[in-house]
Amino acid sequence: MSDATLPSAATAAPTRSPSRARGESPVVQFVLIAVSLAFLLLFLLLPLVTVFIEAAAKGWEAYRAAITEPDALAAIRLTLLVAAIAVPFNIVVGIAAAWAVAKFEFRGKNLLISLIDLPFSVSPVISGLVFVLLFGAQGYLGPWLQANDLKIVFALPGLILATVFVTFPFVARELIPHMQSLGSSDEEAALTLGASPWRVFFCVTLPNVKWSLFYGVLLCNARAMGEFGAVAVVSGKIRGLTNTMPLHIEILYNEYMGAAAFAVASLLAGLALITLVLKTLLEWHYGDVIAASRRH
Amino acid sequence: MSVAVTIETIEKRFDNFPALRGVSLDIQPGELVALLGPSGSGKTTLLRLIAGLEEADRGRVLFGETDTRNLSLRDRRIGFVFQQYALFKTMNVAENIGFGLKSRPRHERPSNDEIRKRVRDLLELVQLPGLEKRYPSQLSGGQRQRVALARALAIEPRVLLLDEPFGALDAKVRKDLRAWLRELHGRTGHTTVFVTHDQEEALELADRVAILNEGRIEQVGSADDVYDHPATPFICEFLGEVNKLPVKVVGSQAFFGDRPVLGGLSQNQGGPASLYVRPQHLRIVDETPLALPGTVEHLRRNGPIRRAEVAVEGLKKRLEVDLASQVAPAIGERIRLRITHGNLFAAA
Repeated sequence: MSDATLPSAATAAPTRSPSRARGESPVVQFVLIAVSLAFLLLFLLLPLVTVFIEAAAKGWEAYRAAITEPDALAAIRLTLLVAAIAVPFNIVVGIAAAWAVAKFEFRGKNLLISLIDLPFSVSPVISGLVFVLLFGAQGYLGPWLQANDLKIVFALPGLILATVFVTFPFVARELIPHMQSLGSSDEEAALTLGASPWRVFFCVTLPNVKWSLFYGVLLCNARAMGEFGAVAVVSGKIRGLTNTMPLHIEILYNEYMGAAAFAVASLLAGLALITLVLKTLLEWHYGDVIAASRRH
Repeated sequence: MSVAVTIETIEKRFDNFPALRGVSLDIQPGELVALLGPSGSGKTTLLRLIAGLEEADRGRVLFGETDTRNLSLRDRRIGFVFQQYALFKTMNVAENIGFGLKSRPRHERPSNDEIRKRVRDLLELVQLPGLEKRYPSQLSGGQRQRVALARALAIEPRVLLLDEPFGALDAKVRKDLRAWLRELHGRTGHTTVFVTHDQEEALELADRVAILNEGRIEQVGSADDVYDHPATPFICEFLGEVNKLPVKVVGSQAFFGDRPVLGGLSQNQGGPASLYVRPQHLRIVDETPLALPGTVEHLRRNGPIRRAEVAVEGLKKRLEVDLASQVAPAIGERIRLRITHGNLFAAA
């Protein structure tokens, strides 16, 4: 190459309207938008509205009674407790797994990535059954647990284990692509500036990924509170003791207490709505960051 | 503050790829050295090894008398400017620059007032006063580069290491920053090593240039040394433009085919060789015993220089010839070329 002067950058590309560039006619656009809107209305919004209408069907007093009844309160408390343990646990392990995958090269890395997705690909019922098989009275570790007076299945530990298992991928899956796209140079820069590994983590890595972390935690929490299948298997459905909100709702519904069932359901639906709003706000404000983590 | 850096027979492999194969280099205190080479030559690996971001399989790096293998990254005290700057996006400029000072153990850490003052001084030094509160995303490429440099300088490094410092900038900014960096180096006097694949940048900026190829240093020297006296065929072809002629050396003359093209050779190794001639060392002449006949096939203008492409019988590639006079030959004209200077390497 010779040292010729570069042509000036002023030769801008001719501008075209974006929709034209994609080559779709307005009719196609309209049809696509209409179809997806109709679908959303029919399959998502309508059921959600029904939940609230049914919940309110017997009036405010009935609604209040349904959600303040002792069994309902116990279910709410248990759900919050399970989420309060499972979610922080998955945050820590999820960050560790994402860190390992994004920052190190090691044998079996692809296997690890596939394993992280395993809970998503396995039916939740099977996830629950695995724990019954392991820790149940007839299970491999059952006799030993009984001998030592430890209860896992049909008790809080089993609920937590099943929830952790089912919700594990959320945090890790959000973080891995984001961390990978960021690379390691920020961390290396901090290290060369003399920062300790802890300082690097808390001042550089964590702030860099905080929004995708928050996003993952949000989804993880929504699922932890709403999980039914896996939890149903390990719970034993002892009222007031091992019933979480989704299980409580099912029992109420099966006992023809529709209004009460929908009243409790409306709480979960409310949680879903709050999650949705937060998620939208996040995407709105930090869309570029999250999109960066999604692109891969 | 600045120290000598001694690199002793470094070897480094990545899986099965040998990135560095026995590299040694002595860098004087306060010297500005460029590591130049094509991509994959190992120059960035060498820089990261000096920094301590990679570990050598064999060999060692000394800072002064200290063997750096025993030093933690913190104790090495190097200032590293990354190719994409690696500024902390979630911190503003002042926090970025102060990060290194705030990272020191409590008893060595300056007070917040001192850090603030130091940040202000550094921003003056890199000619960005008053930008403390800006975030990296609000800065231009050139400004980010300077902030990255200020951040690296804040820890009073013993060695300053820059990875492709101007790689991400456009041509105009690059030229300005080059001159500015040269001047800054003159003022602060840090031992500085920078990596580049841009030969112009290396030759213009560095006291000495180390040219790497396939994990080895092919030549180390001043810009004049490496340009005028290339040590290997690779350097001839890598630095600037060059025409390659297969010749045969007999006595003190080099023959292209059966025609003598260059005389007065002192090397007395006869036999087949490659003669490397730069475009500016070919001159159109009327008649001389040592001349190469050819036909002008193409003319073009290359900034200030007019260039002719001359086809020579028996040579696949056209010769590139710089035209010294304003009177250019016409396309299709038969001319004779004299080689005023060339580098001869025995054919392998």
